[in-house]
Amino acid sequence: MEIPYTIENRPDTGIYNAKLGIWLFLASEVMLFGGLFSAYVLLRVGAEPGMWPHGWLNVTLGTLNTLLLALSAITTLLAWAACKVRDFGKFKFFHAFTILLALTFLGIKSYEYRDKLIHYEIQLTNGKFADGHLREESKDFDLVKKTGTVTIEGHIVEDRKELMDLRSPEAQAAKHEEITIAATDIKKMGNYGPRHNTFTAIYFTLTGLHALHILGGTLVIFYFWGPGSRMFKTDPERFTNRVEVSGLFWHFVDLVWIFLFPVLYLT
Amino acid sequence: MQASVQQFPPFREAPATRGHDNHGGHGQHEPNFFSKYIFSTDHKVIGIQYGFMALCFMLFGFFLMLLMRWQIAHPGMPLPAFGSLLHSVVGDMAPGVKDAAGKIIIGYAISPELYNSFGAMHGTIMVFLGVVPLAFAAFGNYVVPLMIGAPDMCFPRINMASFHAFFLGGVVMLVSFFIPGGAAQAGWTSYSPLATTIPTHGQAFWLVGMVLLITSSLLGAVNFIATIIQLRAPGMTWMRMPFFVWAQFVTAFILLLAFPPLEAAGILQLMDNVAHTSFFLPTGLAVGGQLADVSGGGSPLLWQHLFWFLGHPEVYVLILPAMGIVAEVIANNTRKPLWGYKSLVYSALFVGFLSFIVWAHHMYMTGMGQKIATFFQATTMIISIPSVIILTCMFLSLWGGSIRINTPMLFALGFLPMFGIGGLTGLPLGLAAADLYLHDTYYIIAHFHYVVAPGTIFALFAGVYFWFPKMTGRRMDEFWGRVHFWCSLVFMNIVFMPMFAQGIKGMLRRMSDGGVNYAAARVPGAIDALPGTVMQMNGWILWAAIALGIAQIPFIINLFWSINHGEKVHSDNPWGATTLDWQTPTPPPHGNFAHEPHVIRGPYEYSQPGHAADFTPQDEPERPAAPGTQPAR
Repeated sequence: MEIPYTIENRPDTGIYNAKLGIWLFLASEVMLFGGLFSAYVLLRVGAEPGMWPHGWLNVTLGTLNTLLLALSAITTLLAWAACKVRDFGKFKFFHAFTILLALTFLGIKSYEYRDKLIHYEIQLTNGKFADGHLREESKDFDLVKKTGTVTIEGHIVEDRKELMDLRSPEAQAAKHEEITIAATDIKKMGNYGPRHNTFTAIYFTLTGLHALHILGGTLVIFYFWGPGSRMFKTDPERFTNRVEVSGLFWHFVDLVWIFLFPVLYLT
Repeated sequence: MQASVQQFPPFREAPATRGHDNHGGHGQHEPNFFSKYIFSTDHKVIGIQYGFMALCFMLFGFFLMLLMRWQIAHPGMPLPAFGSLLHSVVGDMAPGVKDAAGKIIIGYAISPELYNSFGAMHGTIMVFLGVVPLAFAAFGNYVVPLMIGAPDMCFPRINMASFHAFFLGGVVMLVSFFIPGGAAQAGWTSYSPLATTIPTHGQAFWLVGMVLLITSSLLGAVNFIATIIQLRAPGMTWMRMPFFVWAQFVTAFILLLAFPPLEAAGILQLMDNVAHTSFFLPTGLAVGGQLADVSGGGSPLLWQHLFWFLGHPEVYVLILPAMGIVAEVIANNTRKPLWGYKSLVYSALFVGFLSFIVWAHHMYMTGMGQKIATFFQATTMIISIPSVIILTCMFLSLWGGSIRINTPMLFALGFLPMFGIGGLTGLPLGLAAADLYLHDTYYIIAHFHYVVAPGTIFALFAGVYFWFPKMTGRRMDEFWGRVHFWCSLVFMNIVFMPMFAQGIKGMLRRMSDGGVNYAAARVPGAIDALPGTVMQMNGWILWAAIALGIAQIPFIINLFWSINHGEKVHSDNPWGATTLDWQTPTPPPHGNFAHEPHVIRGPYEYSQPGHAADFTPQDEPERPAAPGTQPAR
């Protein structure tokens, strides 16, 4: 038994099965990310005045990642085109680039995550807030027993609202220095992880889900680049279709980032 | 009537043979048990897998309901027969009840927490593990490729993956009963912040289970749409597709586009529960009088919007395949074309589209604002129009037909008024002013159960009795089928009809004691007091529910007994049907059709003048029917 139209197009619909399948799948992905983006909009609109963060993310790294993904979209296209003209060497060359670019993207993303996870906001007993990157914890540091000290590189502010807009002139002018705080002075201490506020929550959720898509797409492309590329010799047309379908998914993942970047980094 | 057949390249070199098949992809000759029944990629086997699992889950959900009905009718009384079993499974959630002297444990009762988790899991299991898999995945998998003349689904291995994801999701749901704290307790709607603040990990299990089930139905939906678009046999144009295929097509689109927002919501709630974010937790949330240790700033309404964006289209996922089955059974047994085929198709498409913009009629009580409520009230009234058109077409199809009464037809006929009651009682709920009073009462329980239980599930029974001969080559027993139908019809109505009255009198739906304390707390004789008759009805409903359970025993025995002992059918088309699913060998072999079907006419050409038989199959060439193709009655 053969399923028809796995390779050639059906005459009246002008499409082969897998291509239709991936478009349908992408439609549902649009709804998935659409739901999350609408959650972002509602959370932002519903935030208390002055409490939605601005400028918390590194725009340079974000731009770099955007360029990496844009470049990988081009190499994906060229890899498919190479398959179309049956140039196996070029296909290998271009998709090697795609994989490399994707891994670099994930590396930069992990660096950004780490930067947020070692960034602490410390509520002091005198009502002020210390904010900065963790540099050192003394060996006996314990918040429950109230022993030891913690050293951060940052600054101390009077009001939490001053930490919200890092693009403001005041925040730009703030001097960051090493501050050592005793555990007895700390009321509450937490990093900029997902539970910090709704911005970090939606940031980690959206970019985390996107990173999972990048990871999945990379694994698929790696399979077609490595062990799966044997099919190029036996059934080049079908193999080209596979490269095209995985490429469509890859373009979608790029497109999601094109929306994520301005929404999270630039506003 | 003769239309030009489109020229397609032939997709099968050799006609498929029965039993043996050495197809290219995975050529094993004698498939063992696992590759035949567990890891099968054949759409018919997957359909039966889905059907079997879904029936098991439905039975389990029914038992949960019986336990809840006992608690409602006799709150706090020890559970008969199942008490100690329940205690050994869920532990202290089924606490011991002591005798009057307070010394000996005489039995085990259901705690309010356990009642809540039964309520949540009954809804979840019935909707996501019972009715949807049976209506969409089981019947759709088995019948749709046959009806459109395809050799299999478009992506057979994705089809298998879909079933495995469903199975895994079901296991995760069931496992949550055994963890400390028990299964999810926040209702099948899992409203936040309640779902996050209840101290049990059951909610996390529920969410992971839901993500798996959503993945399963996503893979299924992609497969169905691609199959219907790509694998229609030559000549099977859109307007020659049976209505059942159209219904499944629209259903698949609803699943494809409505489920992902719930998946998004599920991911967010999982973050709330596991990573302690505050997507749905507002600022200043207090739990048990204490300010909760959360960052706040979230929106509980956001969960409800995302949930009901799936939740309402889901209603049409439940009902559209059922309507498709009923349409096939009615056309077949009235021996005349379905009345208003095009109206049915366009109505189904319209319902599918509109179902995406009515969701907030579940949220009139949330204070989202009158303007929004007015909009959703208007769309809700509009969506009732195509539903009524579909039902009217089916009623009119009966007019002037020479109706054959058999078990599938009885269930299909039972569906019509039962779904009608369910649908019409929904109108007051769609109007914001009336809904304020009826919201969260037993009225709404009665309403949606009339749609799904005697509605959809009757249609599913009709489908089981109708396609059983194609699946096995034998019929199910007619007498016990009729016993099953009449008992189910009577007891269903005794169970659900009193709930309308209870709801109108003000009995709320989530009270674990059946309203006893609520009634006692009110001033007797006050206008909003629950009268004693409302409490009495709980007792009747319990016994009717038990009787309803007993009425399913003939069905279960009939189903399994008939596989090997039922009356054999003497042709491939025992009901004398026109659609392609009956033009295959019985049971259909791997690859389905002996010869590639070429469709030359519409789906319901019954009793056409100038034809010897009273049915003309869609792929029958234009010549007088040969003798011997009369249906075996």
